[in-house]
Amino acid sequence: MLLSGNEAVARAALDAGATVGTGYPGTPSTETLEAFATDADVYAEWCTNEKVALEVALGASAGGARVLCTMKHVGVNVAADPLFTAAYTGVGGGLVLLAADDPGMHSSQNEQDSHYYAAAAHVLMLDPADSQEAYDLTRAAYELSERFDVPVMIRSSVRISHTKSPVQTSEPTRAPERAPYESDPSKWVMMPAFAKGRRRRQLERIRQMRKWANEEGPNRVIDGSKAVGIICAGAAYQHVREALPDASILKLGVTYPLPDEVIRTFAETVQELFVVEEASTYLHEAVRALGVSVAEPPSELPAFGELSPNLIRAAFGQPVPQGADEVEGLPARPPALCPGCPHRLVFKELSRQKAIVCGDIGCYTLGALPPLAAMDCCVDMGASVSMAHGFELALGTTSDRPIVGIIGDSTFAHSGLSSLMTTVYNAGAGTICILDNRTTAMTGRQGNPFNGQQIQGREGVELDLERIISALGVQQVSTVDPNDMEAVRAALREAARERERLDVIIFKSPCVLLERKIADPYYVASCTGCGVCLTLGCPAIGKYPDTGLAYIDPEMCIGCGQCAQYCRFNAICR
Amino acid sequence: MLLCGVGGQGTILAANIVADVAERCGQDVKVSEIHGMAQRGGAVSTMIALGDDVHSMVIGQGEADVIIAFEKLEALRSLPSLRSGGMLIVNDELIKPASVLTGKASIPSDVDDELGFARALIVPAEAEAREAGSPKSANVVLLGAASALFGFPEDAWLAAVRANVPPKTVEMNEKAFAAGRQFALEHEGER
Repeated sequence: MLLSGNEAVARAALDAGATVGTGYPGTPSTETLEAFATDADVYAEWCTNEKVALEVALGASAGGARVLCTMKHVGVNVAADPLFTAAYTGVGGGLVLLAADDPGMHSSQNEQDSHYYAAAAHVLMLDPADSQEAYDLTRAAYELSERFDVPVMIRSSVRISHTKSPVQTSEPTRAPERAPYESDPSKWVMMPAFAKGRRRRQLERIRQMRKWANEEGPNRVIDGSKAVGIICAGAAYQHVREALPDASILKLGVTYPLPDEVIRTFAETVQELFVVEEASTYLHEAVRALGVSVAEPPSELPAFGELSPNLIRAAFGQPVPQGADEVEGLPARPPALCPGCPHRLVFKELSRQKAIVCGDIGCYTLGALPPLAAMDCCVDMGASVSMAHGFELALGTTSDRPIVGIIGDSTFAHSGLSSLMTTVYNAGAGTICILDNRTTAMTGRQGNPFNGQQIQGREGVELDLERIISALGVQQVSTVDPNDMEAVRAALREAARERERLDVIIFKSPCVLLERKIADPYYVASCTGCGVCLTLGCPAIGKYPDTGLAYIDPEMCIGCGQCAQYCRFNAICR
Repeated sequence: MLLCGVGGQGTILAANIVADVAERCGQDVKVSEIHGMAQRGGAVSTMIALGDDVHSMVIGQGEADVIIAFEKLEALRSLPSLRSGGMLIVNDELIKPASVLTGKASIPSDVDDELGFARALIVPAEAEAREAGSPKSANVVLLGAASALFGFPEDAWLAAVRANVPPKTVEMNEKAFAAGRQFALEHEGER
């Protein structure tokens, strides 16, 4: 059967007898937990963030369950706190953490390499290079996790997670019988006295894991010409096989701890040794640290972005297939907020106000693009709220521009809440807009605490956003219909007027992809060509190049009526 | 093979069908897609690597033997990927990007000339699909056209179509596939 890398990891976890799955959605990891959750015999849940997800997973592991925990690479930053100490406590039932990296930044804010986390936390890391390996290595990971008493990280990347390739599954097993849970503070209570003991255990464990990696690890040598030897792992291995079919290759399946003897032995068999890796220097540095000499290819490989066979061919002086020249003058096609997105007007009004807008992760990042262009910064989950607080501290009332943080409902649950507590506690001011579209939209409409929907359809509890914010002590909290231009404008103006006060405005209206309600489309009746409707950036509105008059594409318009509110000439009708 | 288009055009279903055909014919296959932004009107592309023993899932400049473009501008954008002498099948549809809609950019005047120069087979997929029952089957019309021009037997294609489309739409998609195949057989000589 054809499975994506993500589906293969989930299938393997199920076949290994994992019974609990946790995670937070994030491209390219999301489908893993969704695939795991399709089995009604296991329990899966979305957590508010990756730290919580790993802690729930660790608790379930301590209780004896085999557990799958999934997140994207930047999620590992959030989960780093429990990860580093889980590497001391070790596990009960096998604990596998999928970290899905995004070299090339297809849908991420950076392209960090999760290998460094495995090395820094001293947890075992396995690197699948296709879906079959994603399945096999995840199956093995559960046994290794229990054997070495350590969480095991599966390091995927976008081309592994989102590439479908054939997979042969093997016989499912149940998790091995475990003795009933008994308290063991020396293993699980990481106060200094106990942590010191676990630290020593950890160092001993690294030696044992390295011995295993050398003797039994899933590493492979592909024999080729002895002139060129390449060390690689993951997707880079596939590109190397394609680009340099004659080279000798050491394909690493375990990337922490590195199999030092295997690497040294391979290095001795080839005349020149190269390391090929994606958007990182982890393997280069680690191989050089073994005292192994690493050569550089005739021309440099790019230090950033995804690799491809052609980039490797070029670096190693091989002929590179040539395609036609790029066609000049093609207009770009960036993504945009959907037609009828209920939160378009918030960005439009912030743009009119010339506000300093601190943005956040999710669909709302698209508010940064013209013509809305209503965003000054966007860094990480929850940063909108805390960076707006920082802007206030630096600029205070010296700036005429209102300072506004803008964040989605799921992102607010993820880490905006703790940011907002900081602002309230320190008597901060400014405006925070929570764009509540009733879902986690960008990653494919997952549940979150503010819609109460659980991943396996069980009844969850929907948290009351307005009451939570009021309970924090925010002076002014209101809920506003974001489809109503006058209401949005009035709410933002009122908040901006009160410069000493902290305002939270909840703009609440469901994502258009949730219910896909479509009303009769609008049309443009007697346009004057003023162009105001075009400044909304709705994909359904265009203008005729010859006359400059506006039109609405009836196929794309969902009849939300936002644009009609902006037309001073009442030319937009239904 | 490269499938390219605009989010929502059904490239992913089409890729699944191609992969299924290849598997049915005993080939190794990798299908690599970039999504996340797909539902928000951005450009999307899916790479399909087929063969006896497939390694890389990434298709670079000059490496695609076949490109099926679901939209004309995306067809032009994908041209550098096409192998010299490779096959280009293009849906006769042009979707204006936002920058064009708002007058900030314009469509090059010679889109059809450029496609002709690249020896594209331009398929009126939406019209054919509408005739078969629903414009949503335009993706299967394009696969029908592709099926006439390379490798796999027709019955393998049809089996893969049946296995991958929603059960209620099987008959309609069979018609769409046949229409695309017929169109390509009739117009191949014009390339």
